[in-house]
Amino acid sequence: MNYLILGAGPAGVVAAETLRNTDPDGAITLVGAENEPPYSRMAIPYLLTGRIDERGTHLRKEPGWYKDRRIDVTSRRATAVHPGSKTVAFADGTSVPYDRLLIATGARPLRPAIPGLDLPGVHTCWTLDDARYIMDKARPGARVVLMGAGFIGSIVLEALAERGVTLTVVEMGDRMVPRMMNPTAGGMIKNWCRSKGVEVLTSTRILGIEGNGGQAKGGFLASLFRSKPANGGGALTVTLDNGHKLEADLVVISAGVRPNIEFLADSGIVMDVGIQVDEHMRTSAPDVYAAGDVAQGKDVSTGHNNIHAIQPTATEHGRVSALNMAGRPAAYKGSLQMNVLDTLGLISSSFGLWMGVEGGEAAEVIDTDNYKYLRLEFADDRMVGATAIGLTQHVGVLRGLIQTGVQLGPWKQRLMADPHRIMEAYLARTQA
Amino acid sequence: MQRSLHIDPNKCTGCRQCEMACSYEQEGIFNPSKSRIRVFMFDAEARFVPYTCTQCAEAWCMLACPVDAIKVDLNTGAKVVHENLCVGCKVCTIACPFGTINYMSDRGKVMKCDLCGGDPACAKACPTQAITYIDADWTGLERMRVWAKKTDAGATATH
Repeated sequence: MNYLILGAGPAGVVAAETLRNTDPDGAITLVGAENEPPYSRMAIPYLLTGRIDERGTHLRKEPGWYKDRRIDVTSRRATAVHPGSKTVAFADGTSVPYDRLLIATGARPLRPAIPGLDLPGVHTCWTLDDARYIMDKARPGARVVLMGAGFIGSIVLEALAERGVTLTVVEMGDRMVPRMMNPTAGGMIKNWCRSKGVEVLTSTRILGIEGNGGQAKGGFLASLFRSKPANGGGALTVTLDNGHKLEADLVVISAGVRPNIEFLADSGIVMDVGIQVDEHMRTSAPDVYAAGDVAQGKDVSTGHNNIHAIQPTATEHGRVSALNMAGRPAAYKGSLQMNVLDTLGLISSSFGLWMGVEGGEAAEVIDTDNYKYLRLEFADDRMVGATAIGLTQHVGVLRGLIQTGVQLGPWKQRLMADPHRIMEAYLARTQA
Repeated sequence: MQRSLHIDPNKCTGCRQCEMACSYEQEGIFNPSKSRIRVFMFDAEARFVPYTCTQCAEAWCMLACPVDAIKVDLNTGAKVVHENLCVGCKVCTIACPFGTINYMSDRGKVMKCDLCGGDPACAKACPTQAITYIDADWTGLERMRVWAKKTDAGATATH
């Protein structure tokens, strides 16, 4: 059996390893589009802070890990999939046949349609190459504007702040992490960040970015003839929709991501926002599977297909798709939307239907002074979602309670009265 | 022979010596908040439930780790956090549906039960044998696995 995997992120790597464990004789090829060893984008913020070096971002660190498992790792970009002839075309002109194909090509940053996005000094923070550029520019004292305080933006925020830059965050939503936190929690995180010296502007849009002609193009003569703006100057001027302008040495764009599916346009594979997959991670094309950020698969909370672009979903997808590819039928129960975030020491997390459901009930504890928050969402006597700030002990049990759909019985009322009794509720209802 | 922790809540008196022993073994101090095993109190029923990682086969924490910092100890089967590799991203803490891997903000790393390398301090400290370290076959591991399955976000064999 000849397995071909497109994408060398967590989904692709876990799939390759699972294939090897399940089918000792198959040929496994893992193709990344970047010329790097398989690495974790999630580790990039820790590379920016200097906590790890580049090797620390690699998904597997033992020398010879892939070779020992006879996983052939190569770097090239796929340009088309032909399910009829069971081949994949690559940008280098080659065409590679497969018996079973996994598409795990991930996502890439959105580039919003604003003027100035292509200027030097304006950059996304997504790849190792991006990280190298940002590390060069984001030096202590540099003025950095971060566009977007979504989940990824907020992680980048912490990394940039730790690098000692002067940071301004511009978010068009009415709060930080609007797709992960409700207004109370998002507001709490914003207040915290401001108290730590990061300027956070919400309900604010960036209209455009202009180069100031000097540092962007560089050169001694250019600097002589450049008129220095009164406010100190910088390579870039960022115009906001409130009329203000920000001077910046670096603008980091974090405006969301979208799945890499364009190369499948002529493949006939059924797509929506991402590639539609069934509970066996199969696409509409025979012997073609999809996993990770590119796959729109079952959401355990809603039963509908959604993209959950998070590490746990990517690796679970990778495992389940590989089992099926190797002929071991396995059904995926669905992914749970969840995230955990650390903004300058304030730890927050949300799970499942954290925004609640119609006709449901919620229990909430707010401790504004101490930046602590816990909210549980219920439908009948099951927990369906949760939001927590300042909770680090046993936080995973929120996943357990939601995902098992365990009936809480008398514990529903106990949790309504004191949401912090989640561990006891879990133990009493599942292990007793 | 693989061994694992067997916990019998019916024998637990709530003395919490396991927490002290764990904290001392792992961190060198007597501080229950540093313990990887915790005793949950159900006061109304006078019931006490020691609880820690079951070293589950699904290994949610290990699979979710983006930097390969959690690995299996081949001698004990324990899933062990390698602190030199852990970046403190906390994804494992939300991925583990049992809530048994926790973030230590003072160190910026996560912590979980590692079976003390095969000689668990909690079991040695327990005066009533509510916590024992015995052959895996005897631990009622199956019962835990049943619940692990219910928490299973991953694959279920369909035949």
